[in-house]
Formats: sequence, C-alpha cells, structure tokens
Amino acid sequence: MEADIRFFLTVTLNGLTLAALYFLVASGFTLVFGLMRVLNLAHGVVYLFGAYVGFNVMEATENWALAIIVGGIAGAVFGLLVHLAILSWMPGQELRQTLATIAVSVIAADLMIAKWGGLSYQIEIPDILFGSQTLPFVGRYPIFRLALLGFAVGVGFLLWLMLNRTRLGMMIRAGVDDRDMLAAMGTNVPAVFVAVAALGAFLAGVAGVIGGSALAISPGEDTRVLLSSLVVVIVGGLGSVGGAAVGAILVGLAEQFGLAYTPTYGVVYTFAIMVAVLAMRPQGLFGAGA
Amino acid sequence: MTGSLSPKWTGTAFLAALVLFPLFATPFWIVQIGAQTMILGIIALSLVWLAGYGGMVSMAQLVTAGLASYVVAYFGVQSDPALGLRLPWGLNIVLAIAAGTAFGIAVGMIAVRCFGIYMIMITLAIAVAFFYLARQNMGFFNAYNGFHGIRAPALFGLNLRDPIAFYYLCLLCGVTLFGFVVAAARTPFGLALQGIRDNPRRMQSLGYNVAVHRVLAFGIAGFIAAIGGVLRVWYAGSVSPGSVGVGSSISILMIAILGGMTHPIGAFVGALLFNLIQNFAIDFIDRERFNTMIGIILLAIILFMPSGLVGIADRLRQDDKRGDRPPRQTAPNAGKKSPNIREGNHP
Repeated sequence: MEADIRFFLTVTLNGLTLAALYFLVASGFTLVFGLMRVLNLAHGVVYLFGAYVGFNVMEATENWALAIIVGGIAGAVFGLLVHLAILSWMPGQELRQTLATIAVSVIAADLMIAKWGGLSYQIEIPDILFGSQTLPFVGRYPIFRLALLGFAVGVGFLLWLMLNRTRLGMMIRAGVDDRDMLAAMGTNVPAVFVAVAALGAFLAGVAGVIGGSALAISPGEDTRVLLSSLVVVIVGGLGSVGGAAVGAILVGLAEQFGLAYTPTYGVVYTFAIMVAVLAMRPQGLFGAGA
Repeated sequence: MTGSLSPKWTGTAFLAALVLFPLFATPFWIVQIGAQTMILGIIALSLVWLAGYGGMVSMAQLVTAGLASYVVAYFGVQSDPALGLRLPWGLNIVLAIAAGTAFGIAVGMIAVRCFGIYMIMITLAIAVAFFYLARQNMGFFNAYNGFHGIRAPALFGLNLRDPIAFYYLCLLCGVTLFGFVVAAARTPFGLALQGIRDNPRRMQSLGYNVAVHRVLAFGIAGFIAAIGGVLRVWYAGSVSPGSVGVGSSISILMIAILGGMTHPIGAFVGALLFNLIQNFAIDFIDRERFNTMIGIILLAIILFMPSGLVGIADRLRQDDKRGDRPPRQTAPNAGKKSPNIREGNHP
C-alpha cells in the first residue's frame, strides 16, 4: 500500500517536471501565436537547435548556465531570421506563413542532421544539480528534476511580470486584443512583433538546453516537442500563457500516468484530453471566447 | 470554343499517354515513377479535395491512408505468423477502405469546429499522435516492426504483383478517383461544400448544416486516402511507423502545394514532380540531403509562386476571421471573387 502511494507520488512528480519542460516550450509558442497569429511550426526545430548549440557550449566550457544562455540566444537568432527573412514578408497571410514554417523546419531539421548526425546526445548536468534529494513520502528524487520545476515556475513568473508589469507587456497584451488599434495609438507594431518573435524563440532555445539535459537530444525530438506544444496550446487556449501552464500540467500528468499504469497507451491519454477539450471548448480552456 | 475544347483534348491526350506509357517504359519507370506517382497522387488528391473544395487543410490524410495500410496487413497475409487475422481474400480490402472512411469521419468530427490554421494544428496533432500510437502499440500495429511481406493478390489469372498490371491498377484507381472528385464537386453536396468554404455563416443561415457537410467531406477524403493506402502497402510490401511519420505527412502537403490545390489534377502533377525529384535528386546532390532540397523548393514555391496557393490562403484567411471579430485588415485581393475551380485549366 505504502509502495503504491509512493509510486503514485513519484509519477505525479514526474508528470509535473515533464509539464515544466512542456510549459517552457509552449509558452513561447503560444506567445508568438497570440500576438502575431502565426502558427510557427518551426518552433520544434528552434528547440532542437538551441539544444545542439547548448551541447556544444557545454562541451567547450563546462558551464551549464552559459550553455542555457547561448542556447537561448541561438534560438532567438534563428527565430529572428525566420521572422525577418520570411514571415514578415507575408503579414496577415496565416496559412502561407504556417506552410513556410513547415518548409523551414524541414530544411533546418535536415541541416541539423548534416551537422550533428543521427546520434543521441545528452547535456551534462552540473554537479550542483546532480544526485538526488530525499523527499517526504516520495523517497529519493533527482535534484535536477526538482530544479526544472523551480525553473519553470520562475520563468512563468518572469513572463507574468513582463506581460503585466512592463511597457512591452502592455503593448503585447494590447496587440493580442486589437492590433490595429495598437498601431493607431502610435506603437510600432512590427517592432513589437520582432521582439516577441525573438522572445518566443529564446524560450524555445532555453527549453532545448534544459530538455537536452533532462532527456536527450536527437533528430526527431523537434517533432515530439512540436506535438506536445501543439497539444498544450490547443488544450490551454492559443495565446494564453496561463493556459499554456494549465495545459502543460494536464498533458504532462496524463502522459506520465499513462506511461506508468498503461504503458502502451501513453499518447492516447494526451490525445483524449485534447479531444475532450475541443468538444467542449474549441478555443481551449483559457482561449479568448469565440 | 477552343476554351472548352482544349482542356478536353489535352486531357484525352494525357490519358492516352498514361495508358500507353508501359509499352515503352522500363520496369523502373513503370513502378517507381508511374505507380508510385499515382499512389502519392491519390493520397494527395484527398487533401486537394478537402482543401480546394472544402477550405480545410488536413495534415491527417497520410495517416488515414496509413491506417488502411495497417488494416490490409493485419487482416491479410503478411510474414509474421504470430500476428493478425488471415481473412479470406478481399475482405481485408473492404475493411481497410471502411476503416479509412470511418477514420476520416472521426477526424472530421474532431476538427469540424476549427477553421484555417486551427484545422492544420489539430489534424497535425492527430497525425503525430497516430504515429506514436503505431510505434507503441503491439496488439494491432506491431509497434516498431510493423508488418512485412504484404503482397498484392493475384486474381482472375492476373497477377497484380506484375509491374505492368500493378501500374494499370494504380492508374485505374487514380483516374477513377480523379473523375469522382471532379464529379462530386458538381453535385449539390459539392456545391454546398464550396459555398461553405467561401462563407460558412451565409450557408448556415440558408439552412445548410455546415458541420455535417464538413464531416462528410472528411469521410469522402478518408475513402480516397484509404484506397491510396491499400495501393501503397501493396507497393511497399510493408507498413511500419516509419511509413506514417510526420515527414511523410508533410510530403503529402508538399505534393499538394507543389501541384496547387485549386484543381484535383494538382495532386497528380505535384506527385509526379515530387517523385521525380526524389528519384533523381541523387544525381545532383547527396541523397542524405534530399529533405533540404525539397524544403528549399517548397519554400521557394510558397514565397514566389503562391498562385495555386493564394486563392486558398485568402479564403482560409476569411474563414479565420469568421465570426469572432470584424475583419481587421483586408488585403486588396481578399474580397476578390475566387477563381472558378471547376473550370481551372489543365496544365
């Protein structure tokens, strides 16, 4: 009985830490969508690119914090390039932009295989986060996963602060509600777009380095990450950072519980949640009302 | 006069060329290029039908075909003795097509309330989830291994494994389904579907049941894709998670974009181009970098030649704005009447 409870709690923690990672990826995705109405399907390859760059930085410097920052910057540069070179040329043409990001992700995923090969890498975890910690009821649990949870909460808090307490956040929120009015008020909307594109890609790059430390980096991860981001934002509601958090928790828990109790059907639960939410609220749990 | 005659003559000449083609082609051209183009074209046709006439871009068409392939394998003869049911010949094909149609309807029911890019997102999620399910599930999908040793049947003294016979089978299916789509678009149902594509709210207020039309369109697309899936598993001889991966789903979208989604013929033109690139790219670049090249071609088409695409893109853009708020920014040509799809020119 006690073992059952311990197992249950461990699975719950696993679900929450996975949710933390999903939140990091999906928050950038949903932010970009909310403001620009661009479904950036290249988000997965930005994640993977950040992870690979972070891995190389870690190999070279053994500095994990630096790897995260450089990985994030690499992601941001990639995201900016895509935005400036492609997406900003077709404003308002959502379908065309989406298709263009698909093309970009096909090219980028292939070039990354050319550069880093088909091997699976893992970014070394710094000593300070290595090992495990004894928790009440659960027993020993990896410190790194707990740190991941804390990190996601921290990023979520910073995003909330940025969106609700800064001028940029104010502009972003206004842009989500009514882009034209924001432009009429004298804001340089394209500049805000650039900032958000960079921010969203930065978050994806950072998530890549963290995901590359917690899990592994290999070709195909981009698709997995893209799927989880898609489901998380569909469930949580496009454009809502709070929704991304709730969606990430639901999907993370469903995936881990599915994996622990009915191993072959892990994906099905994730999917069932998505279908259930769509049936009841097509705009997602926290999406703007249709 | 010539306007109405010339596409017809072009079409006849084109068809004659397709029928006579095996007489002077090598088996490589007959099967690798000819049959495979037809198979990919049929699966892409299901997408073109949905996108061109229904304004719904579905990323789940390849997995619909994939499901049909799996059904053919599971209920038919394949090499793993421990798995599957060896039903009498023919039954598995009926089951496969029924399963594909039902799956199409199910996808339609899930996605019916979504428009434009939301539709892409949800069908993409379905496609990716299907891939992971196929890779994890042992009971029906045989997980990583999939099924092998699936062969086209021999019937009435005609061995469908023979390259020429198989090519004609694919050609027959492709031409029939092409004609079916063209004809379906002219039925009251097809016209209502196009009306819904252009203005769902107006059709709703005219008394049309928008949701039912959209779901049925998905069912028809599932039927078309399922036939493509049956042919595909006979062509490949095997089906595994790799054949329903995201890359393959994207390939189908690429084919539709390459060919253009404004006319059903675009699916086959796109498939031929894609197939030729896939087979002959190795002559120009390293085979490993095929995806880079096809991606660049795709990007170039999206950026510089959106003519096939823009009509649909504009239409979907209007769909996106449907209802939730007044149109904000309207591109100069967004309100322009869309080109009449049924009179689109043959290439």
